[in-house]
Amino acid sequence: MSTALSGSAEVARNGGADRAAAAGAAVPMRIAIRNLEFFYGAHRALKGIDLDVPEKRVTGMIGPSGCGKSTLLRVLNRMYDLYPGQRATGEVMMDGRNILGPETDLGALRARVGMVFQKPTPFPMSIYENIAFGVRLAERLGRSAMDERVQWSLTRAALWAEVKDRLGTPAQGLSGGQQQRLCIARSIAVRPDVILLDEPTSALDPISTSKIEELVDELKRDFTIAIVTHNMQQAARVADQVAFFYLGELVEVGAAERIFTAPKERRTQEYITGRFG
Amino acid sequence: MSGTGEHIVKSFETELRRLRDLVSEMGGLVENELGLAVEAVVGRNPASATQAMEQEPRVDALEREVEAFVVRLLALRQPMAMDLRQIIAALRMTGDLERIGDYAANVAKRSIVLNQFTLPFSLASIANMARLVQENLKRMIDAIGEMDGEGALRVWRSDQVIDDLYTTIFRELVTYMMEDARSITPCTHLLFVAKNLERIGDHATNIAEVVHFAATGEVLPDERPKGDGSSYAMIRSQE
Repeated sequence: MSTALSGSAEVARNGGADRAAAAGAAVPMRIAIRNLEFFYGAHRALKGIDLDVPEKRVTGMIGPSGCGKSTLLRVLNRMYDLYPGQRATGEVMMDGRNILGPETDLGALRARVGMVFQKPTPFPMSIYENIAFGVRLAERLGRSAMDERVQWSLTRAALWAEVKDRLGTPAQGLSGGQQQRLCIARSIAVRPDVILLDEPTSALDPISTSKIEELVDELKRDFTIAIVTHNMQQAARVADQVAFFYLGELVEVGAAERIFTAPKERRTQEYITGRFG
Repeated sequence: MSGTGEHIVKSFETELRRLRDLVSEMGGLVENELGLAVEAVVGRNPASATQAMEQEPRVDALEREVEAFVVRLLALRQPMAMDLRQIIAALRMTGDLERIGDYAANVAKRSIVLNQFTLPFSLASIANMARLVQENLKRMIDAIGEMDGEGALRVWRSDQVIDDLYTTIFRELVTYMMEDARSITPCTHLLFVAKNLERIGDHATNIAEVVHFAATGEVLPDERPKGDGSSYAMIRSQE
């Protein structure tokens, strides 16, 4: 009982309140992180993180290399389970259940929480198969339903017009920016709730970057998005809520507008203005 | 800026310092111009009037320089947080300082006409008001140099007194005009002098708001101290 109470107090305390005030209404939380700790062996990479990820909004995570932001992303779909010696404690609540618990079905979790990485990672298959492959793991669809799903996800990822005449060709033949949008299409094809983007544009040219940013804006109507980026201007452009991490701690979280104009914490100020020493 | 380190990119740090210096220089010039203009009126000194008016082109040139520099910084540095606030503040302050310079020059010009009249009354109340406005402006320019949000707030609050004084002077001058029609021309000029001083006070409070925002990130409330009641003042001659 007491945890539920402190939980809602938390929501009011951190960034959610900021942004909700700006929007004039409370936004439901998709993920509630409480006292999250993460260990690479003996090294504590995340320290007592409390963070709410609001639904159908973009949460940007910023901070210098090694601050824990990518680690946090990897916790949200339990990517770390693939590596021995890595463990997380605390709570990551989605729909009232702690996804860190042993009973969590990892396949189902990763279908609900999709992830796109820094470098595009298309499978060595056709464009069509890149998308159909993941869908088949989760659902049984007939040929025409599958065609529809492929078209739907490619359209949502703003790639359909460019590839509709060559769906059978290898995905590796696409440009870097197209491959990244294919990876986004692949992750939304299984209709997740949450999409995690780990520096999705750091290997892309400015035009491809703009396309991805436009896509993020578009996708947040249906999906909750968490994006890690080293590009401060990008965080300012795409994120509704921004969280600043430093040395494994969450230093400050709030509406992007506030964080980039009038941050409260000195460390945030120093980082975003390029004063870190 | 207080309590924060230097930029990793040193040239940005140099540019921000240069921007602060430009605004401070402009503030100093305007402060000096107002001093000369007040001396021209209160001390009835035509040489000061000429000197005050000679400052104007330099003030205008500085305003253009700050504007161009701000555009450059925004385009090339994409500043964030307090850097962004400081740069936007410079742009806004330079506009207010330029207006203050204009009002001071206008005061100086009127002093030349005023000097052609013998005034049968004292200029003590105008001198008093001018002193307060000059003090406020000086404190304001110090607050700009130190990005002192608290100091700016004190100036912002103290404008009320200047507005009250203006209303008093307004009544006083209208009384003189009613007593003796020959004083209408000099009193009208003095009325404009007082109005200009009052406007300078208002621009100083604008700057105070901007400095406070730049220093703290907080916007002051819409309601600012305003005491100029002369718009509603009426003086009836006795039947």
